[in-house]
Amino acid sequence: MGFKALAGVRVLEYGRGISAAYCSKLIADLGAEVIHLELPGRGDDTRRLPPFAGDAPHEEKSGLFLFLNTNKLGVTLNPRLPVGQEIFRRLVSTVDVVVEDWPPGHLEEMGLGYHDLRRLNPGLVMASISPFGRTGPYKDYKAHGLNISHVSGQGYMLPLPSPHLDRAPVKIGGNCTDYDSGQTTAVAILAALYSQHITGKGQLIEVSQQEAVLALQRVENVVFANGGEVLTRKGPEADHTITQMFLCKDGWVISVTVLDHQKQALAKLAESGEGPAQRSGEDSPEVWRERLAGWMSEHTTEEVCAKAQSLNCPMSPISSPEDVARSKQMNARGFFAEIQHPIAGKLNIPARLCHFSKTPFELERAAPLLGEHNEIIYRQRLGYGAKELRALKDTGVI
Amino acid sequence: MNNGPLSGVRVTEFTSAWAGPYATCLLGFLGAEVIKVESRKRLDHSRFTSFTTSTTFSGPDESPVFNNLNLNKLSVCLNLSQPKAVEIAKRLAGASDVVVENMRPGVIARLGLGYEAVKEVKADIIYLSSSACGQTGPDRENVGYAPNFAGAAGLSYVTGYPDWPPSELSGAVDLRSATTAAFAILVALLYRQRTGEGQYIDLSSQEAIAILNAGALMDFLMNQRVRTRAGNRHDTMAPHNCYRCRGQDTWISIAVADDQEWRALCGVIGRPELTQDERFSTAEARWKHQEAADQIVGEWTKDQSDYEAMHKLQAAGIAATPSLSNKALFEDPHLRERQVFLQVSHPVLGKDWVIAPPWRLSETPASVRSRSPLLGEHSQSVLEELLGMSREEIRRLEEEQVVY
Repeated sequence: MGFKALAGVRVLEYGRGISAAYCSKLIADLGAEVIHLELPGRGDDTRRLPPFAGDAPHEEKSGLFLFLNTNKLGVTLNPRLPVGQEIFRRLVSTVDVVVEDWPPGHLEEMGLGYHDLRRLNPGLVMASISPFGRTGPYKDYKAHGLNISHVSGQGYMLPLPSPHLDRAPVKIGGNCTDYDSGQTTAVAILAALYSQHITGKGQLIEVSQQEAVLALQRVENVVFANGGEVLTRKGPEADHTITQMFLCKDGWVISVTVLDHQKQALAKLAESGEGPAQRSGEDSPEVWRERLAGWMSEHTTEEVCAKAQSLNCPMSPISSPEDVARSKQMNARGFFAEIQHPIAGKLNIPARLCHFSKTPFELERAAPLLGEHNEIIYRQRLGYGAKELRALKDTGVI
Repeated sequence: MNNGPLSGVRVTEFTSAWAGPYATCLLGFLGAEVIKVESRKRLDHSRFTSFTTSTTFSGPDESPVFNNLNLNKLSVCLNLSQPKAVEIAKRLAGASDVVVENMRPGVIARLGLGYEAVKEVKADIIYLSSSACGQTGPDRENVGYAPNFAGAAGLSYVTGYPDWPPSELSGAVDLRSATTAAFAILVALLYRQRTGEGQYIDLSSQEAIAILNAGALMDFLMNQRVRTRAGNRHDTMAPHNCYRCRGQDTWISIAVADDQEWRALCGVIGRPELTQDERFSTAEARWKHQEAADQIVGEWTKDQSDYEAMHKLQAAGIAATPSLSNKALFEDPHLRERQVFLQVSHPVLGKDWVIAPPWRLSETPASVRSRSPLLGEHSQSVLEELLGMSREEIRRLEEEQVVY
């Protein structure tokens, strides 16, 4: 068991989407105590999203929920009820951080906005994530991951290269944009905690999901502003030789050759005995590429990448989820960790997003069952008696 | 000093390209002082070429790519192939809280600037190495750029059309890895703040990206199902797609989450009778008949402008946004009002647009305080002020191509 990097940091998560859940997961996995609030009886929407263990829909078996909530404590609470609001406030005075991703105004309407909460807890760091931020003409507009991917400049550029511009652009795969805003928010929370430790002052962090994703594509996104060029998913037509995909016997590989020595390495790959002959003076790039592709089509991605990498040519497989799960490299580094869940059973979970020499990622607790830690938090932390708890349950507060 | 939350934190970096430089750029936005150690002997390639447009620049200070990824930094030129330069670099690292490098695994240690070497001069240093596949494991020596590790990490495989090859993913993937690196450094800074201890962080970009595809990984790990590309489709929501609008290459993305939103959509598109259509009466039914639903929605959107459609649909409570190009983003009224595009004055580039930091902090704002540095712009001031070297000494080192 390693030391915990964020031991002693207490977080209250009241979210509706994936962003807040991922943000607080990152912090929980490094040792902070995260209390995750869910609505009584219903819980997070991600509990109803696939994949489900064994393909059987069940609120405790969603792989998405199980991934997003490792190492957290789970309590139920309805902050729409006045008693729920009172409990919310009491919880807030015991934490360092609140993370939420409800539409702007939702918490304020219940008297739980940052300006209310900081009166109870002046050192509070509060992070509010919303699709478009809390100001500007679209501040109340709705957006899911699909919409964020498209309104941030990311979707318009995908897929790359696109076969025909008359096919619709696509979102980036999975829930990537939600994770992006969660991870971006986590960076600011930790910075605010760093400063809070010195000054004692908390603050409000506002994150627009659109801006979080747009900032990741910052290089492409300023190309029009600075030079008038509109980039599209057709890719840079002038020069296809920087990035190339090739189909091998068992899947795709991708090469990126930016520097001269890398371009030469790709050429060397072509002439490496097994490959086609060196590109001769009269060969057009297309002819040469075709011959290289022909050689690759007779070899596996593993063979092609090993050969290319031995020549210092940046070449990688396009891995499927199965390839990633079986990756020798990632398994050798302990990327996946096993955890026992009382209902979903034994699970393997992607668990380590980097390696700390002193404070490793630890999978200590599986995602909480709905309301699993009500007793611990409400009785031991806030001091409610058994009778009071029962009443809170009966009235739908918890 | 500045008002950022990391004011007083000093970072020395030995990074190039995109992933390393943007990690420290994020820390710089938050107030850290970032010293970039570079050299004309081995130029950061983002100073001479742009992947995105395949353009090359004739001088090292002409790159808007470099400018956008290295805001707020100081540049010190040290030719690390010379032992004297390594000594000076070690003193810079020793005067820092954080060191970041993204060379191929093993290279920086061979130069004499690895974690162990820096720890000797600064016991509580936080040291992050960022690489394509990590510092350990059979593939540790592999080289790769963003499209490589996006591919190896599994994100390319699930992006694109179901009936077409996987999509390349480019530079933004580097910046995702950079965000993970900034997060990890902050974790270590908080730990050091509480315990006084530094540590070493080994970041594999491949892993930092693979975790962003956790849903598909979980599906394989739990059910042995290999998910593939699904275009714009969602696991349960429908309609959930990108539809053609009036105009060239103009599109709107629409996501319908529940029955109420579906009824609202039927109203906006002038097809109230569809609320009675059994094919669309429940979320499950709509998902099953999403192709039919897509066709109906697309019939309406094709005569709308993307922005008209967004405003009409949003007014009815439906999540809808255009698919914006870099041009459309720059002209978007919301982003204008929020001042997301900022202009910095650069002595060579002139007025150059860059993107603002991605957070608003109420008490300790993140900020763009200065443009990116010219190559070696701060060699003299940093060596003088931080290391107490004399002008004469620095001039001599310049002649010897140590400061170079």
